[in-house]
Order: sequence, then C-alpha cells, then structure tokens
Amino acid sequence: MSSGYHIVVCGSLVPDPLQVLEPVEGPDGPALENEMMIPAVLDPWAAHALYEAAHLAARTEGSRVWLVSIGPRARLQQLMMSIAQKVPFELVAADGPASGFTDARETAAALADLIESIDGLDRSRALIFGGRSSASRDAGVTMGMVGERLGVTDQFLAVDKLTVEDDGRLQIMERIEGGRYLVSVCQGPPLVCAWSTGELPEPPNNPQVGMQNMRTIMPALQKAKPVQLDAEGLSYVTVEIPKGKRDTRIERNMGAEDIAREIVEWVRG
Amino acid sequence: MEKILYLTQVEPGGELSSFALEVLSGAGRLARDLGCELAVGLVGAKADVQAAADSVAGCGAAAFLAVTGDEFAVSRHATDAAAFEALARNAEATIVLAPGTSRAARAMPGVAERLNGRIDSHITGTAITDGRPEVERWFYRQRMMGRLTRSQRPWLWLVDSGVFDAWEGEAGGATLEALDVPLPELRTRVVGVESPAAEEQTIRPDAELLFVAGAGWTKKQADGSTHVKEAETIIHDFLETTGASLGSSKSLVDQAGEGQEVISFMSHMNQVGQTGSTPRHPKGLATCCHGEEPHVVGWRFIKERRAVNLDPGCGWAQGKADVLYVADAFEVMRRVNELLKQG
Repeated sequence: MSSGYHIVVCGSLVPDPLQVLEPVEGPDGPALENEMMIPAVLDPWAAHALYEAAHLAARTEGSRVWLVSIGPRARLQQLMMSIAQKVPFELVAADGPASGFTDARETAAALADLIESIDGLDRSRALIFGGRSSASRDAGVTMGMVGERLGVTDQFLAVDKLTVEDDGRLQIMERIEGGRYLVSVCQGPPLVCAWSTGELPEPPNNPQVGMQNMRTIMPALQKAKPVQLDAEGLSYVTVEIPKGKRDTRIERNMGAEDIAREIVEWVRG
Repeated sequence: MEKILYLTQVEPGGELSSFALEVLSGAGRLARDLGCELAVGLVGAKADVQAAADSVAGCGAAAFLAVTGDEFAVSRHATDAAAFEALARNAEATIVLAPGTSRAARAMPGVAERLNGRIDSHITGTAITDGRPEVERWFYRQRMMGRLTRSQRPWLWLVDSGVFDAWEGEAGGATLEALDVPLPELRTRVVGVESPAAEEQTIRPDAELLFVAGAGWTKKQADGSTHVKEAETIIHDFLETTGASLGSSKSLVDQAGEGQEVISFMSHMNQVGQTGSTPRHPKGLATCCHGEEPHVVGWRFIKERRAVNLDPGCGWAQGKADVLYVADAFEVMRRVNELLKQG
C-alpha cells in the first residue's frame, strides 16, 4: 500500500499488577482505594497492540500511529513519561475515568468519538487496534463496540499475528480454543484488531523517540476534553476481594524422593 | 416479563459442545426461575443445526430458531454478528445467554451495539434477587469479584465455562424456524484453523492437571550452567505421561523475544496470568515459578494447587498454594517421571 496505514491504538492505564488493590464504595459506585495514587502501567495487551502498530507503520511508508487514551489527565501524563520512549505515536486523549468499574459501552462510545475527531485520519486506511481485554475491566468487548460504532465489520479478537500479503490483503491469526489459531484473510482496511501478546518484545527506551513524541503528547494532554462515563442502569450489588487465602503447607526439609512420591500420589488421586 | 434467548454456534456434525450445553442449562434455569419463556437460537450449516436442535429438543424451549448456510457455518465476525442479531431480534429477547467462546466473544459486543443493548462477559455466576437477575464477574483480572444488575434490555451475557452443569435430557424432533438473513458484505475469507500436531499440542483444556513451568527452568543451576535441553526433556516426559496441560509464566515465554535459549514447545499461547489465560483445571502444579500476583491471577479457577520452588518465601508460600515444596524442581520432577513410568 503506497499511502500507508492509519493505525489507531486504543489503550489506557491500569494499576501496576504488583500493587495491592482494595475496592471501596465511592460517590459514583465502586472504586479502588487510593486509586489516584496507585502506580500505573499501559494496559498490557494494549501495549502489545501499540508495539505491533509501530512495527507495521515502520515497514509501511506513509503510515501514522495514534494512541487514543481515556484517563485522568494527570495520570495519563505520568503514564506517557514511561511509554513515550518506546515507539513513535501521536496521542489523542480525553480526561476521564480509567476505572475497571466503568461500563465498557460508555468507554467504547467515548473512544469512537475520539477516533472520529482525529484530524487527518483516513478511515478507508484505518486499522483500529487495541488489547483483547483490559487488565482492569477485563470485559473483552470494548473494541468490538468501538468497531461497530465506526461501522467496521471486519473484526478480529485475540490476534497474535497480522501479515501484509503481496497484494495488500491482510492475513490475521486469532487465538481460539485449545491452543489453536483461526487464520483469515481480509481484503484490507478498515478493520479492528484486538491483540493478544503478538510476536514482539517490549521495545527498549529510545530517548530520541521520546523527544519526538513529547512534542505532540503535551499539547494533546492540554487539549484533552473531560468525558463523563455514566453507567446509567448499571448497579453494583457487591464488589469484594475473595477471602480465599490458602493455609499453605510449606515443606522445607522433605527429600526429593518423598516429594516425588507425594506429587505422584496427588496427580494420580 | 423477561424473554430468554440462548444462542450458540453448532459444531460440524451437529454437535453442541459441552460448554454450549452448560450454558443451555443455565439459560433453562434462568427461564424457570423467572417464570418466562426460553428460546434457542442456533447458527451453523443446515444439516448440523437440525441435528443440534433435535439433540436438545427436551430442554423446554418454546421455540427453536436458526440461521443456516455455509457462510454462516464459519467463524467470521460479519456473518456471526448478522446471525446473532437476527436471532435476538426475532426472539424479542430481553436477556441473551451465550457461551463465551472465541466466536461469540468476538461477535456479541457488536450485536449489543446494534440492539442498543448492554453486554457483560466472563460471567461466573448468576442469581435472582427480588425477581431481578444478577450476574457475577471478576474485575482487575480475577482480583476482585463483583455482582451487578442492569435495568436496560436487551442484556447480553457471555458466560464462562464451568459455571453450570452441562444440560442432559431427552433428544427428540425439534421444529426449527429458519430465519432468512441476508449475507453482509464479505471482505474476510476464513482460511482455516491452524493447530500443532496432536503430539506437539501442549494446551489441553480438558486435562485434569495444569503443569506450569517458570523461568527458573532456563536459569543457571547449582553447577553454574543452564540445562535447558534437560528441562525440555523432563517437562515433555511429564506431559506425555500425565496428559497434563502446559502453562507458563510470562517471564519464561518472553525469553524467546529476548534471544535466550528457550523451551522449544513453549509459546505465548501457554502463558497463564495477567496477560495470558485463566484456565480451569482441577489441579495445578507450578515449578520454578515464583508465584507473583500477575501470574497467580491466572490460577483463580485452579482448585488444588501445589508448587515446587527453591525459595521458601516465594509467592506460593503467601497463601496462594496448598502445598509448597522447597526443593530443586529438576531433581523432583526427574524422580516424578521415573515413578510415573514405573506405573
């Protein structure tokens, strides 16, 4: 494709997975205790989508990559400090909640609105990327609804590989049950790809990329409009951490022979 | 009054998977508890759909609806969404239940949008309180459980496996109402399914045991050297003898991208945890894996858990496993394999 792809990656922040999370009842429903203080990372599957997007754009002249994020502005700014040096992208941001308890439909609507507002986006060349599900809501439905709102009916979920064929068609491999892949070929953009881990490692930090990105990131954050993600009609009855802590038996002095016998008995039991 | 629709695709040969039958059982129970009608909606090749409907003829459904045709038999978003949308509209369903298969998970969000409905996924429990349906699901990747309800309809539910017992009942002759659904524009061609050869397939969802290998298998051992090939042999032999499913920590599968020597039959598909899978097996054995929270969230539905690790203070010791053996996994698993082979 001579004119390149216009790749839009949807992704926002989630709590660092090593943090302890406690639910609390907030004024608008459930929330996390000290939510604004919890260190955050870019949602892992969305991060893979971003790396795949940048990799594809680098190989296809004329391509552009946008990262579309909804989150509290100050926290998005912190997040950008950690990811701006990874790959080149242009940020499109909205100032709103990034909670796991917001409704996926409201998030999808806001994301679709943001995508439609992107200056210079050619929808006929658009690849709408994101993670297969977030590490917060873990619904796995947001990208599908974003695609539907944008009128994109070629959608792929849990993608590990996208290959551009010689004639410009796109071959996509989606994870399906039993450790298998569904292989499909799409005529080309527009399409929606909700990525699994893909095939690329996390890129190392590149200060030059960081400086280049920051030229667009700071204005984008300043321009970020507030969005209200209501969840009309949705009521949480309870949110709690399961009390399933196990009483672990720790065998420090058992010999390998005894351990092996016990494991075999357990496996066969 | 609610109207319940159960939706699923039909397997080639006219079978409904065990997972599909579980959710049928849940849909039937919901309809009974709410005192409302159940309809069954099936998608697949024509001959297959009739066979599937006949196999569940005794499920108590008031109607059996179908979208059939070769193009609807394959897994593709555009056709699946068109079929599911038509079934939901025709049934005038207020609550739609579907097994959370890869196929339904891809199509149903778009269907919810088309119907101006709402959708919840990864449902792990249901309840009715004061006549109001509620669903349970996890948030923050299996770290907290929520129960919620919604006033909007239609409300689409993607249900996880293992929530209900599979439906069992009389087969018979179901009267199938086939819907005429125009084919949407087909820009995507399904090539097929790619799967490793049977002997190479290490992901076995129906296995009794999940065996998880962590990065420790490829690290330097007590003699100051790595023993990746030996690790590979030990793990392979154990999987072959027990039929266990192979899982991995992220750190181990990431090593492939970092240029390190890796276990050859391991890929990101095996990864369990925050950015991997959340499998359901009755037992799980973790080896050379530290039991950090991002990995262990993927163990939420593993009932009995044991771990072998050299560190007595590892994550498994913090109430995450039933038993932690503080030992060298190479030594233990070598002996385990010998004992298993002795029968």
